[in-house]
Amino acid sequence: MIEFLLPAAVRPTETEQIGSAYLLSISLRMDWQGQKLSEQLMQIMLVAVAVAAYVTGFMIESFRIMMLIYAGGVVLITLITVPNWPLFNRHPLKWLEPSVAEEYSKEPPQQQATAASSGKKKSTKK
Amino acid sequence: MHSFGYRLNALLTLGVTTLALMCAMASFSDNFNHPSPSANVQVMNVNWFQKQSSGNDEVSLTLKISADLQSTFTWNTKQVFAFLAAEYETPGNSLNQISLWDSIIPSKERAKFTIHTKNKYRLIDQGSNLRGKEFNLTLHWHVMPKTGKMFADKIVMTGYRLPVDYR
Repeated sequence: MIEFLLPAAVRPTETEQIGSAYLLSISLRMDWQGQKLSEQLMQIMLVAVAVAAYVTGFMIESFRIMMLIYAGGVVLITLITVPNWPLFNRHPLKWLEPSVAEEYSKEPPQQQATAASSGKKKSTKK
Repeated sequence: MHSFGYRLNALLTLGVTTLALMCAMASFSDNFNHPSPSANVQVMNVNWFQKQSSGNDEVSLTLKISADLQSTFTWNTKQVFAFLAAEYETPGNSLNQISLWDSIIPSKERAKFTIHTKNKYRLIDQGSNLRGKEFNLTLHWHVMPKTGKMFADKIVMTGYRLPVDYR
């Protein structure tokens, strides 16, 4: 679907697509580092825009200009930090495949070893 | 910051809080303005001076009001409301204040003016005490802000006196 918009490094394999579509859809938003970056960017830019707007308005004695600068700044910040741009997804998490994850959680230890090895054999990577 | 809605909410909340802070600071900056206004009022004519059927005195005046309120305007001023009040003492009331005229001044350019006018509002006493009465004319003004605190002040002009007889 929209996977073709992603950079090649994070493009999902066929197995990942078929087996874990839901988990994949979560990882397509923002990763943890991206969320932190987005929040910090938003806070710093907002304070900077507010200070710039107030100082400019005060200097040229125009309340209207202060409001216009601030409003424009808020719109700009919304466009930069709110949508999940790819730059906020540069450190995506590698999720386990569902079949391997299930076997690790349900099976007792001996069978777990055989199941794990068989699971690994099944899903040969490129 | 998990989802689109969460990020948008955080941005808007911080944005509105910061806006409130900016408005508070704009209002606070008004305290650094020290206005130097001036005003002068002349009673050009006493048009008539009667005792009404209700028993109360009424007088009609023609006034020449000139004032300069330009220094009261700041970047945070929406408009200045100015009014002229006649003030005098009677046996019944220690202070009588009657508004004779008012005006909304929307901009700094219009704050320096001279007008000839009959009193906009009627000067009617509570009783019949106005013959020969000495009174003050006080110009009050309210500096109404775009955000925050309103400042009010006045200039008292003394030495006016009404005629001894009705006319």
